[in-house]
Parts: sequence; structure tokens; C-alpha cells
Amino acid sequence: MDSIFVSPFTDYVFMQRALIGSLAVCLGAVPVGIFMTLRRMSLTGDAMAHAILPGAAFAYLLSGLSLIGLTVGGLIAGLVVAALAGWVARTTQLHEDTSLASFYLISLALGVLVISLEHSNVDLFHVLFGNILALDNTALWLLAGIATISVFVMAWLYRPLVIECVDSSFLLVSGRASLIAHYGFLFLLVINLVAGFHALGTLMAIGIMILPAAAARFWAKTLDVILITSILISFFGCYSGLILSFYFDVPAGPAIVLSLGVVYIASLMFGYNGGFVVKNREKRHLVG
Amino acid sequence: MTIYLNNVTLAYEKHPAVHHLNATINKGDWLAIVGPNGAGKSTLLNAMAGLTTVHEGSIEGLCSDTIAYLPQQAQLDKSFPITVFELVFTGLWAKLGYTKSLDAEDYKKCTAAIAAVGLHGFESRMINTLSGGQLQRSLFARVLLQDQPVILLDEPFNAIDRKTLIDLTELINQWHRGQRTIIMVTHDLDYVQAHCPKTLLLARECIGYGSTKNILTVDNLKRARQLSESFDEHAPWCQQGAA
Repeated sequence: MDSIFVSPFTDYVFMQRALIGSLAVCLGAVPVGIFMTLRRMSLTGDAMAHAILPGAAFAYLLSGLSLIGLTVGGLIAGLVVAALAGWVARTTQLHEDTSLASFYLISLALGVLVISLEHSNVDLFHVLFGNILALDNTALWLLAGIATISVFVMAWLYRPLVIECVDSSFLLVSGRASLIAHYGFLFLLVINLVAGFHALGTLMAIGIMILPAAAARFWAKTLDVILITSILISFFGCYSGLILSFYFDVPAGPAIVLSLGVVYIASLMFGYNGGFVVKNREKRHLVG
Repeated sequence: MTIYLNNVTLAYEKHPAVHHLNATINKGDWLAIVGPNGAGKSTLLNAMAGLTTVHEGSIEGLCSDTIAYLPQQAQLDKSFPITVFELVFTGLWAKLGYTKSLDAEDYKKCTAAIAAVGLHGFESRMINTLSGGQLQRSLFARVLLQDQPVILLDEPFNAIDRKTLIDLTELINQWHRGQRTIIMVTHDLDYVQAHCPKTLLLARECIGYGSTKNILTVDNLKRARQLSESFDEHAPWCQQGAA
């Protein structure tokens, strides 16, 4: 019985790589996702994922499906859009969602245009849906590197980010930290999306950010417990998605995201912090 | 440190919200900024806190590491999952910065501040379970920890019950006795008359600035109401100060 759940990873190197790669993506991306859900920016990730496309498309035109090329292209496009959107949100009356939407649409249109210049768009399937079952050494190093940077930057930014979320005026009054937290967060979002698109593709990568964070809210109350819970959920999702993909011969990216989706729906129903069942069953209350 | 407002103009879309204001606020003053809705009270406070740009003139004697600012509650995200203790200890931001952790003395300070605002026992409560009054108490505890010479309070007693108001006023009294400069925006004229020694009556322009009993006169208040109601869509450019 054990072997059904373990042997794919002991018998096949590509499965090991897939597991290691996806867990690395989780370590970086999940904390970013938690702050996105708490800042009501859940759909921002989607926007940014589209914003990355023209960078990847240009890189593809110039260098083909080279890992470094796609990464650098995606990073540049993502960071430019993030910086412009952040700047507009801080200096004009437009809110962050509107300014981001404007720039990502421009970016996306540019991306589609560039892709159509290159007549075969089949290869760019890789960018949209990732390549988790074919990670080579360079790709693994890249994912691990991005996860490492992301974890450290997140640890450093954690406190100002929390303060910024609760009371945005506080850091504005007391110096530069507000600016650093704002752009630092967008930076984290972009590098994790780029890591995510190698593994799961631009669209599925958002699933790893948002679904564990959303599910964890139904189990945990405080931020630290939410963090740990959602990391565990994301690990579980990657593992079970890969197992499903292995035995039923379905694409790994969607399988991972669907596994996370199942966890999310189960949490929504049965989570003891505001899940449907508990909410409707528990009518007792304390005396004081 | 003395605060100088030199010919300060603050504007929204070229229309002045605060127009050519001059005032000198001495160290240790307890100043109430009052006036009708739209008089520019909060705008002025935000400008002092460095949150909005000053369009003309200047504000001197204030810098970011001497100010503790208490925002209006509506500006907070109360649903964010942190505890009272965590909210309050951010008052130590200037000392702890990004990464330094709390030492034993910091813990003691935080607990003492929470106790001082009457929230002992609430340390591990999530802020989304607090009443308006309790949340305001915890924000005061944060100001207490910030321990700054200048304290800016934006409508600190909006929707606050009497008991909380009395307790928090006692806290402000202590700050006042400790020679801190307190500047508060409020609508409660009775409160200002009872507690605040100085008043700035604002209706875009300064109607009066000085000791409260000289400023809060029937005539002045009437003038303030009339001024703030006038708004001219086709107003010409202001020439004051241009010459």
C-alpha cells in the first residue's frame, strides 16, 4: 500500500525533481499569496501573470526556449509593470487594482502581438502551462534560488508588510519603510510568478499562491498559524497532484491546482474557523 | 520644539482646502483644530504628519522621527489577523525596525502600555473582535509606546463612549503635563472648551487662533460656518503671496 504513494518518487527521477521543484515554489509563493489575500489583492496575481507574457515572448523570439532567457524576460516585464503600477497607485487617484489592470492589459496585448509574429505558438504552451515533469538541473537551481531569496526577503519585510496592511498611514508617517514594503512585495510577487511559470505555467502558478492561503483562513486565526497551515496545505497539494498526474496520466500543473481546490472546498465546508458546518452547528456561547 | 506654519496652502484639484494659514505652535501646547465639515482640519493634520503635499508655504519644526500619529479608525483594516499585543508593539517600530526582536524590557513596556489604556487581559485578543472603544484604546497604547514629543490625533473620540473618553483624556492630560505637544482634530466643541487650552478655528482660512475661550465665540463659529459653505466652481487664481 505504502509503495503506491511513495514508489513513483523513489523509482522515477523526474518525479523526484517535480516534487522538489514544486515544494520550492510553494515555500516562496505561499507567503506572498497570504499577503495578497489579506490585502484583497487575490486577483492581482492573475494580472501580474499576464503581464509577464510579453517578456517571455520577446525572450522566446530572441533566444528560443532558453531557461535563462525566459526568466530574465519574464522578470523584466513583470518588474516594469509592477513598478509602473505601484508608482501610479501611490501618486495618482487611481487605486492599485485599476493602475495594475491598465498596465497588464497593455503588456498582455504586446505579448500576444509578439507571439503572433512568431508563427508557431505551440512552444509557448510551456509558458502558459509549465513543465513540472521535465525540470532539468538548471531549472531546479533556479527554482531553489528564487525560493531562497523569496523566503529571506519575506522574513525581512514581514513586519513592515503587516503594519502596512493594518494601518497604511503608520509607516508613511515614520519614514521610508512604506515605500520599501510596497515595492518589495511587488518584487516578491514577480519573482515567484516567474518561478511558478517554469513549474506550473503562468496561469496555474497563481493557484499555489491563493488557494492554500484561502483554505488556511478556515483553520487558523493568527497570521503565524495561517502561514504554517497554508505551507502544509500547499505541500499536500503538490504531492497529491503529482501522484494523480502519475497514475491517471493527466497534466501535473492542473492536477496540483485541482488538489488544492479540493482542500479549499473541504476547508470551506469543514474548517473550524468559520467553515459552513461549524458555523451552522455551533450555537453555544460562553458566559463572559 | 516649536512648530511653524508659514503661509500654508493645501489644495485638492487647485481648490484650496486650507488657505494661507499662519500659526506658531509652541512645545507643550495642547491644540484643538476645530471647524465645520470640509474646513480642512484633517487635511492640515495630514500635512503636518507628512501624508499630503504642501502646495504653498511650509511647515517647519516637524520631522518623521518626532511624530506619533493616530489615524481615524476608518483608515484601519480591522479584519487583518493580528492581536492587540502585536498591534501595540508596532509602536516600537522606530526602535526595532525590520528585524530586531523584542527583549524582556520591550515586553514589559508593551504590557504596561496595554494596561495603562485599560486593556489588561486583552493582549492576545484579535483586533477584529474589539469594539470601537477598545480598538481606540489599543491605538492610544501604540502612541504611548511611540513616546514622541509631538502627538497628532485625528478625531480621537469619534463614536467613543463616555468612559473611554474620560480614560483616554486622562492619558492625554499626562502627555500634556509631560510637555508633549498635542494637536487634535475634533468636532466636539464642548470637549475642546472643557479640556484644550488652545484652539485653531479653521474654515479653509484661519478664523481664529489662540486660547480656546477667546476663539470659540458665537460670532467666530457663525463666520466659520458661512465661509466653509462658499465654494466657487469658477474662482479666479489666488493672487495672495504672488506679489
